Amino acid sequence: MSDEILDEITASDYKYGFTTAIESDTVPPGLNEDVIRLISEKKNEPQWMLDWRLDAYKTWLEMEEPEWPNVTYTKPDFQAVSYYSAPKQKKELGSLDEVDPELLRTFERLGISLDEQKRLSGVAMDVVVDSVSVATTFKKTLAEKGIIFCSMSEAIQEHSELVRKHLGTVVPKRDNFYAALNSAVFTDGSFCYIPKGVRCPMELSTYFRINEANTGQFERTLVIADQGSYVSYLEGCTAPSRDENQLHAAVVELVAMDDAEIKYSTVQNWYPGDADGKGGVFNFVTKRGICERNAKISWTQVETGSAVTWKYPSCILKGDNSIGEFYSVAVTNKYQQADTGTKMIHLGKNTKSTIISKGISAGKSHNSYRGLVRVGARAENARNFSQCDSLLMGDQCGAHTFPYIEAQHPTAQIEHEATTSKIGEDQIFYCNQRGIGTEEAIALIVNGYCKDVLNQLPMEFAVEAQKLLEISLEGSVG
Amino acid sequence: MIKINNLQARVEDKEILKGINLEINPGEIHAIMGPNGSGKSTLSSVIAGREDYEVTGGSIDFEGEDLLDLDPEERAHKGIFLSFQYPVEIPGVSVSNFIKTAINESRKGRGEEPMEAREMLAKMREKTALLEMDKSYLSRSLNEGFSGGEKKRNEIFQMAMLEPKLAILDETDSGLDIDALRIVAGGVNKLRTADNAVMVITHYQRLLDYIKPDFVHVLYNGRIVKSGGPELAHELEEKGYDWIKAENA
Repeated sequence: MSDEILDEITASDYKYGFTTAIESDTVPPGLNEDVIRLISEKKNEPQWMLDWRLDAYKTWLEMEEPEWPNVTYTKPDFQAVSYYSAPKQKKELGSLDEVDPELLRTFERLGISLDEQKRLSGVAMDVVVDSVSVATTFKKTLAEKGIIFCSMSEAIQEHSELVRKHLGTVVPKRDNFYAALNSAVFTDGSFCYIPKGVRCPMELSTYFRINEANTGQFERTLVIADQGSYVSYLEGCTAPSRDENQLHAAVVELVAMDDAEIKYSTVQNWYPGDADGKGGVFNFVTKRGICERNAKISWTQVETGSAVTWKYPSCILKGDNSIGEFYSVAVTNKYQQADTGTKMIHLGKNTKSTIISKGISAGKSHNSYRGLVRVGARAENARNFSQCDSLLMGDQCGAHTFPYIEAQHPTAQIEHEATTSKIGEDQIFYCNQRGIGTEEAIALIVNGYCKDVLNQLPMEFAVEAQKLLEISLEGSVG
Repeated sequence: MIKINNLQARVEDKEILKGINLEINPGEIHAIMGPNGSGKSTLSSVIAGREDYEVTGGSIDFEGEDLLDLDPEERAHKGIFLSFQYPVEIPGVSVSNFIKTAINESRKGRGEEPMEAREMLAKMREKTALLEMDKSYLSRSLNEGFSGGEKKRNEIFQMAMLEPKLAILDETDSGLDIDALRIVAGGVNKLRTADNAVMVITHYQRLLDYIKPDFVHVLYNGRIVKSGGPELAHELEEKGYDWIKAENA
């Protein structure tokens, strides 16, 4: 019985598959030094930025695409990708009224109307469509507190020294293949700086959206929380449906200085490909944060999209007493493949980390958790707790767990718990008997299973994440 | 209310129900008794619509409708409730969230508006008090870490919230100590009206001391072999099931 139902449920279509007819300014496909110079020039960047990009490009040329993840895909042809695409705008935008109405309609279809967001939730948003920011809101309120929240392009112009000081300090240019590529060609992203002792009064939110056929997305995000400050940052993304695979290789760097706290939440539902595994986004992302003394970084992610995901939001617990957390829900369906997890690198004394990972596999998908807990030679009294749960739906999917533990200090305490379970027919029938249909029942059971992670999300995001979980697992039950 | 006519059902190749006839009217309490393996739980599962059981013959009419045509959730929307012998755990889903979803999905199924939050809350308070449950029950994960007695009490709590027309209590007394039994049975009795009916499935007379049946049926080898008033339950308690088996050998 459940097989049939699960087949139907897991066959649901991507709801955000549409493209917006906005005029785009796109560089022809291909990558070489000239393209990088062109990107830098179009963005009117200082010389140091161009030099940095070119250096990254040279590094990248000598690197090889990693093959260790538990995923199989046709490697992208990097010369077939267009590395720059910006919606054409005639002039600088002062307010939302000036934004292309077509673009606003796109957001409305996604249910993230800026006006509503602004009015109802008090969320400031830096909207990124195909790599260039088109609207930034609530800037004034933030400015009063000395908080900088803008596009990376603007930050390079306006806050050049801050960017130059921190860019690449957490994820170096040569960190990995995709990070190097991103460093060479990133077109935009978000920049955030919270001054000393300031508690950011609102959730900072960015919505990403890939919108140009065959355009790679190379976002670059840098969040700096100065001493004793606090910020909660939300990143959400949807992409329109495409036949060809789209490459997304973002880099996110978080810097939490002494006594600072950064909460970084992601909801990702990029196009996962169709029911036959055709198309979908390749999501190869490097996310990492560094914690100084008494600092704390919390990563929370709900990942339901992309054809192939390769992503390990990590924490370097450099300062004594620093804390790293990773809460993750990863859903794979149809032919999706995800290899995701975290790295907790304990360097300072009395450092603590928590990992809660909930994988859900359906259809013919494969879902891998890969996590590293490393305790360095000076990290006295380091503690880690990891819990990795897998939920299987149907009998054609796979769940895999690859935990790595490296302890170089005898006082290290590392706990790892793992479970694998299936949604039982008994559970579904029990719900049915109470009047809850099978689709709703699965949504309810899955939401319950993910509760520990969803609870970490800010309220408005948690609601969206729940909806996403339902959408990605729903279908018409006959 | 419900009219079961010559109902036959099997699991895989094993025939379990071999022609059940039973009619229950509003306001009545029927007890179904019988030895292990006689088909009692199968009967309740078939009425609730569990798919593991294949109905091979006969019919079930519920308020003029052919019940066998409906999905389990549709049967629930029509007012059929089954108190499970072994309630399942749903980790991370609170009792209150579960019952809220159940009530509103049932309302949706009947084309009604969702229940207002305030009304829902008041009702939850009232029904937890009825079953002498602590309010903290509501925020616990459904059945997770519940004792046997707590699970059964939680079933009757859900019944109280959903207000079914026909409640089937499948061995609700098993695993209950005497105090819990009294509370659960007391809850069932307080929920009785002239419009609803209860079908109590049990091995023992014990529960029937608290929930007084109007009719007692003995199920043996897939058939109802004897029906009578409450005195039949006492007779079974005294004599056991062997004489039933002997009569129907």
